Amino acid sequence: MSLVLIAEQVLNGLQFGVMLFLMAAGLTLIFGVMGLINLAHGSLYMVGAFAAAAVAGATGSFLLALVAALAAAALAGAIVEMVVIRRLYAAPHLDQVLATFALILIFSEGTRWVFGSFPLYLDIPDWLSGPVTLPGGIAYPLYRLALIGVGLAVAAGLWWLTARTRLGIQIRAGENDREMVAALGVDISRLYTLVFALGAGLAGLAGALVGAIQSVQVGMGEPVLILAFVVIVIGGIGSIKGAFIGALLVGLTDTLGGIFLPELFKLFMEPGAATQTGSALASMAIYILMSLVLVWRPSGLFGARA
Amino acid sequence: MKKTLLATAALILAAGAAMAEVKVGMITTLSGGGAGLGIDVRDGFMLAVKQSGRDDIDVVIEDDQQKPDIAVQLADKMIQSEKVDVLTGIIWSNLAMAVVPAAVAQGKFYLSPNAGPSALAGAGCHPNYFNVAWQNDNLHEAAGAYANTAGHKNTFILAPNYPAGQDALTGFKRFFKGDLAGEIYTQLGQTDYAAEIAQIRASGADSVFFFLPGGMGISFLKQYADSGVGLPVVGPAFSFDQGILQAVGDAALGVVNTSQWSKDIDNPTNKAFVETFQAEYGRLPSLYASQGFDTANLLISALDKAAPSDADAFRAALEAADFSSTRGAFRFGPNHHPIQTIYAREVIKEGDVFTNKIIGVALEDHADAYAAECKM
Repeated sequence: MSLVLIAEQVLNGLQFGVMLFLMAAGLTLIFGVMGLINLAHGSLYMVGAFAAAAVAGATGSFLLALVAALAAAALAGAIVEMVVIRRLYAAPHLDQVLATFALILIFSEGTRWVFGSFPLYLDIPDWLSGPVTLPGGIAYPLYRLALIGVGLAVAAGLWWLTARTRLGIQIRAGENDREMVAALGVDISRLYTLVFALGAGLAGLAGALVGAIQSVQVGMGEPVLILAFVVIVIGGIGSIKGAFIGALLVGLTDTLGGIFLPELFKLFMEPGAATQTGSALASMAIYILMSLVLVWRPSGLFGARA
Repeated sequence: MKKTLLATAALILAAGAAMAEVKVGMITTLSGGGAGLGIDVRDGFMLAVKQSGRDDIDVVIEDDQQKPDIAVQLADKMIQSEKVDVLTGIIWSNLAMAVVPAAVAQGKFYLSPNAGPSALAGAGCHPNYFNVAWQNDNLHEAAGAYANTAGHKNTFILAPNYPAGQDALTGFKRFFKGDLAGEIYTQLGQTDYAAEIAQIRASGADSVFFFLPGGMGISFLKQYADSGVGLPVVGPAFSFDQGILQAVGDAALGVVNTSQWSKDIDNPTNKAFVETFQAEYGRLPSLYASQGFDTANLLISALDKAAPSDADAFRAALEAADFSSTRGAFRFGPNHHPIQTIYAREVIKEGDVFTNKIIGVALEDHADAYAAECKM
């Protein structure tokens, strides 16, 4: 196994990680600030991808498609918050799970109703397609490099937003003591709608960015949602920093585990069986990681609440 | 007056006896990522039922959500409370393995319009189980045979880690004579193949064989085209069916894939099928639609001869496969799986639409490898 291959796989893990971060950031914000378990987060990811595919198909512009994805998912998020979620803040988590699970079904069948059952076409724009050669002779797709860049930029932006702006102060305050924040005259329900729309918009952006290299289809959000939950549990619920570190850990573990475990098993098993056992174990790797982290730190790496 | 009334009643009774309702339970995937396949099978099946003009076939359709536990529940419900005579519709091999053995053990007939796991073709075969599509290995065996003729010597193979994926790689290796540059099992439902593509690039292969049905294939092909690896690709038709080609776009152009059906197979049944399917549903049919259509026509041909309540006669009628298939000649082997010709097709663009064109025969009159193990 050459060094070039390992470097390329690390890049792949990073790219997967930062895309997971876009999903997990919104999820962890919503859970941290509002105490809400939002299972429908994956549907907002799907809404972003479908909006991007529709706009890219109509206009041919990828940038417009990204803007549309962000806007459509944020809008869908805001509407969902105002119509459904707002009634659930005082409700027990089980009711929230039930209601947001219903939202998944509504979004999925609604999307099928509008766009049909067959996957949509969304492709990488010409100016981002094809591989580039990195130092060390690694040929790597330009688009994936761009994804890493976008993900890191969003992470920096979110850090700035929560640490340096008035809105960020309100978000962090709302996390700690929502009654006190409301008593100080902050319009808490407007703040919640805003946070929800922000989380939704990030999910939509991730959906559009990833949709260009995957398939834009109904149900595309659910597998990512499960991973995003693993990420925020590892990172500590409510922590943006935790979501970032957790996402990179999950991205790298999943990618590198898929490569190295089968190789490892080949040392002492015959190749066919080794690939099968190795792949089976690789798909468990992130859950093993999660349990190890939880044994070590029951509230996650950066979790504030026990 | 009384006499005519009696006569009418007798007539109705007689008609009722001749036209005993047949209940068909269709369990298929109509929601989620795999819905395109189930919808095509359903639409093909219902088109054939409609064209037969028979109103005594009552089809109960349920969505399995691509989940084995749901499929088992639906099968139980259909057998216990709906009292269906024949079951059909399952797309995925892991679902078929969960449903079929129990259903046929209860004396029901199962006609598979898609999944053909090796376990049901060999030692686990059953007199009441018929596969109208293919045994899972078949299209991959044909891909292996095609890779030989295309001169591939050192190929990299990958498939998802589930029964049909394992059958796929086994099938390919059974016919491919060259060396393997690498062999990978991916996760079922995986959407990112960057890691696998990097391994392909580093392996020194001269070609790639992959089996990744539905959305997985779309993701792989788009990422593969963008990676610039550029080695020739061979695959079964499942990643190049009419439903997903439009979503793959240019990345699929020129790829050779193997299929038992194509819309340009030249026979009157197929021509009429493609035309009427397009008129009815406003899209081109896929191989899944052709399999659904053939399954219904097989069922109708058997119903013309016997009722499912007369199990032996009905089974004999199914075995005869006395219907005109979209694939041309159609016959069953001793294990109730098709013996058929498998073609090599190339992805082309017709106007704005991506579709397939036959470029040759990959395997002629091909039977599956498990028939000898089947004792029934």
